[in-house]
Amino acid sequence: MPEGYVGGAQPRVDGPLKVSGLAQYAGEFPAEDLAYGVVVSSSVAKGRILRFDLEAARATPGVVAILTHKDRPTVTTDAESHQDQAAPPGLPFIPLLDERIVYSGQPVALVVAETFEAARGAAALVRVEYEAEPAVVDVAQRRDSAYDPPEKRDGVPPPPPPRGDPDGAFAAAPVKVSGDYRIAVEHHNPMEPHASTVFWRGGKLVVHDKVQGVTNTKAFVVNMFGLPEDDVRVLSPFVGGAFGSGLRPQYQLTLAVMAALRLKRSVRVTLTRDQMFTFTYRPDTLQTVALGAGPDGRLQSIRHDAIACTSTYEDYQEAVVNWSGLIYACDNVSLSYRLAKVDTATPGDMRAPGATTGVYALEAAIDELAYAAKVDPLELRLRNYAERDQNDDKPFSSKELRACYERGAEAFGWSRRSPEPRSMREGRDLVGLGVATGCWEAMMQPHSARATLTADGKLEVACATADIGTGTYTILAQIAADALGLPIDDVAVRIGDSSLPMAPVEGGSWAAASAGSAAQMACAALREEILKHARAMENSPLANAALDHVVFSGGRVARADDPARSISYADALKSAGRERIEAKADFAPDEEFQKKFAAYTHSAVFAEVRVDEELGVVRVTRIVSAIAAGKILNQMTARSQILGGVVMGIGMALHEESMPDRRLGRFMNHNFGEYHIPSHADVQDIEVIFVDEADEANPLGIKGLGEIGIVGAAAAVANAVFHATGKRVRDLPITPDKLL
Amino acid sequence: MMNFSYARAESVGEAIAAVSGDPHARYIAGGTNLVDLMKYDVERPGRLVDITRLPLREIAATAGGGIRIGALVPNSDLAYDARVERDYPLLASAILAGASAQLRNAATTGGNLLQRTRCYYFYDVGAPCNKRAPGSGCGAIGGVNRIHAILGASESCIATHPSDMCVALAALEAVVHVAGPGGERTIAFEDFHRLPGDRPEADNTLRHGELITAVELPAPRFGPHHTYLKLRDRLSYAFALVSVAAGLELEGDTIRDARVALGGVAHKPWRVPEAETLLRGQKPSREAFGAAAERLLQGARGQGDNDFKIELARRAVVRALEQAAAATPQRQSDKSIN
Repeated sequence: MPEGYVGGAQPRVDGPLKVSGLAQYAGEFPAEDLAYGVVVSSSVAKGRILRFDLEAARATPGVVAILTHKDRPTVTTDAESHQDQAAPPGLPFIPLLDERIVYSGQPVALVVAETFEAARGAAALVRVEYEAEPAVVDVAQRRDSAYDPPEKRDGVPPPPPPRGDPDGAFAAAPVKVSGDYRIAVEHHNPMEPHASTVFWRGGKLVVHDKVQGVTNTKAFVVNMFGLPEDDVRVLSPFVGGAFGSGLRPQYQLTLAVMAALRLKRSVRVTLTRDQMFTFTYRPDTLQTVALGAGPDGRLQSIRHDAIACTSTYEDYQEAVVNWSGLIYACDNVSLSYRLAKVDTATPGDMRAPGATTGVYALEAAIDELAYAAKVDPLELRLRNYAERDQNDDKPFSSKELRACYERGAEAFGWSRRSPEPRSMREGRDLVGLGVATGCWEAMMQPHSARATLTADGKLEVACATADIGTGTYTILAQIAADALGLPIDDVAVRIGDSSLPMAPVEGGSWAAASAGSAAQMACAALREEILKHARAMENSPLANAALDHVVFSGGRVARADDPARSISYADALKSAGRERIEAKADFAPDEEFQKKFAAYTHSAVFAEVRVDEELGVVRVTRIVSAIAAGKILNQMTARSQILGGVVMGIGMALHEESMPDRRLGRFMNHNFGEYHIPSHADVQDIEVIFVDEADEANPLGIKGLGEIGIVGAAAAVANAVFHATGKRVRDLPITPDKLL
Repeated sequence: MMNFSYARAESVGEAIAAVSGDPHARYIAGGTNLVDLMKYDVERPGRLVDITRLPLREIAATAGGGIRIGALVPNSDLAYDARVERDYPLLASAILAGASAQLRNAATTGGNLLQRTRCYYFYDVGAPCNKRAPGSGCGAIGGVNRIHAILGASESCIATHPSDMCVALAALEAVVHVAGPGGERTIAFEDFHRLPGDRPEADNTLRHGELITAVELPAPRFGPHHTYLKLRDRLSYAFALVSVAAGLELEGDTIRDARVALGGVAHKPWRVPEAETLLRGQKPSREAFGAAAERLLQGARGQGDNDFKIELARRAVVRALEQAAAATPQRQSDKSIN
């Protein structure tokens, strides 16, 4: 029996299921009465549907229904009924609501047939006549109509008010830089496309949905279709990646439920890869950063202004600029964040939403400042180190960013960097070294969990959270195994089921801290229960033992001062005549603590690139990402999270770009051949370092890791490209044409 | 994807009869491109005639010292064939620069010639495209066109041919053997693919019902002095922005002859014999290579997003010729460029 699982390197407990194909995903659950729905997407970006020609589609053998706005089950149309936990202000998009087209790729019909092949064939025969209107999809064309969103999105802090005299300080600063930064539109593109399989069970629905929150999906279905709570259960035991695209219920869910209700049978709707480009995406954001500093590089003024796109029907918001008032110490700061409407689907949360975007611009500008001030970019960051959150004027709960800089620099070999751009070469290639800081919130949410111990000594922990590939199953098993001193193989984890104890959507990197704390509390309650039964046994060797005088280990509760005096869990339950004992716990973040402290994770990302300047070819040969994120529960899954984030950052820096046709209002490269994510050849050496960081926001000291890995990664690469080439490319991705 | 009928042909004659008698019939071999296009509703054949059982899988020596590659030889087998690795490393390199291992295992030699363009508008039935729907207009002109043609384009189409293998075949001056309802014939590689003109729906000069049976290569010429240099938006698994297949015949330090073909820039692999002539008798130098590049790119015209490809292609030609002269071809295993 190891000393403990938490903090170790524990392989995924769900790994064997996944690699053997036994893990079932939303579009895989079978049903006897299953019908298949295929979505027909709009080819125009704005306007209205004039008419459908469904004759040929209807004549296809096997077609059982074609749903359109003229022929669909009733849905509740008031805005309130369509809200979900992650919804921004506005009226969410309702598929097949009416004849209006509000974005290209919008679903306009669902063809349902006995087989997938029949549905797909018939869908190709659906003819739609549109009256098209001019659409605008480029936020730059809407710059002049930018506005401060009147209603703020829950959970997204608006920019803090200005402090000091940023304009005056900028004007007076001896060293200053200013630039416009932009990142191409990125679509989430998890490997598993969005899918919903709705089982019809005599009027009740069992919904298998590709989603990051089953409770969210359940409430959405109940509200939208006016169904009784008890008639809807949502399952999502495995999720093949999401990156935020599964936070909100997506249109395939609504369509699948519509069809199931209409046909009174089970229905599956799976989106195609090109349809994965027809809903949420990382918003196109125009950013300007201006920095003023003293000759020593100490910041005297920070101004960061952003205009982000949103849809015509919702005001999606994320915290883009706030980081610029947080990461570095500066007394004169002005931050602004506005929206501009474009004719696309509503953008949404994508891995470290806001931070990935805003910190890229800030960290590129800080790099520019370092060159302008002739101060080493790492040294400049250290000189401006923030010991306190100046946005909210409070101390950090913990902040080991300095250790990230130090350990990252050492592992990376930052000291071999020569200061001048274009000063390092290897063969024909220019070599560049870059650094950036990353930062993300350490959030927690109210969360419940249940722990059940059975007489055979097996433990189950259960809650409604999700594992989107992050390792939730595994860390919950580790925490529970440690709490009750059981081998991890004796612990089963059940998640992704709306009938389990309440969990919010799994996002924001809060799941580990929230679900983990709830699971630990539930297990702690079980320990009391075990001890109670053990003490009550006849001639119990633990008769007078108090909870803090016993240890739970190896399936037994024993006196700490005399481990020979012990009782097995099985005997304690048997003696109490119990087949199982169960404890439920409700975790809530400590509000007092949260009021007192600012809680963030941090990183220092170092990148080495080699650039063939003549041909514009960039290779990211090395990344070191040093992370301060509280207690690391599992060295393996934690490292994987950071690796994934870094790779996504490389993609942001060099590859990912959804390219809109401004006349058609449509993203054109909607497949994996033409939408480029990094290939193996693009990813070389990545080293992840976790620095020790003690935090007291929750008993285990967890901060969360799903997002910090991407923040700063793109800036580190872009800064390395500048160091290599002397070319500052401010609009990502840095494709070969930008370096010629 | 529409319903279609499927039949497996047992002989070349049977295959040709089945396809030539039905204007909506198509041959299918590896299907690596055709099936994709069917799923996107870009291709809607009524009948597929499966030719994978036909006896076209040999790589045989020819009397002229070259090889004849059966149309059904998989791309992987061809790239790793011992004779091809030894005598035609340019071809092996070009094949390995394309697609993924899985796709190369399935894709065939004949099919590779028949790949269709990766133009976004061609692939998207929600957008106009003269190649897919003649008369609907070219969406790429004035649209998103960073991957589009800079040479040989027309008012109706600016698509490029996406194959890597074909660029090498152009430089190697391959000959395409076809059989059809009217008998057998051969097509010089430069005459196989065509420019779009006002009929962009036709990618090549095959007539309906004609089947590629083999691709023949003349005797090897370049020894170690070759390269396939491929430049793209990521280091692997992306179509070429610009690629160059180059081979030099050197006599001492003098270029006796040269072959250079460009990929990713036109509706067909782009060769300009005059550019090759310019190199004859020259010593390898950036100046000489630059002059050849200028000639190759004479008349090049950008469409906006792809303007950079003119300069990129010029530089790529120079680099490729440097690599060929130095016998240091681009490595396809780690994509390193010398």
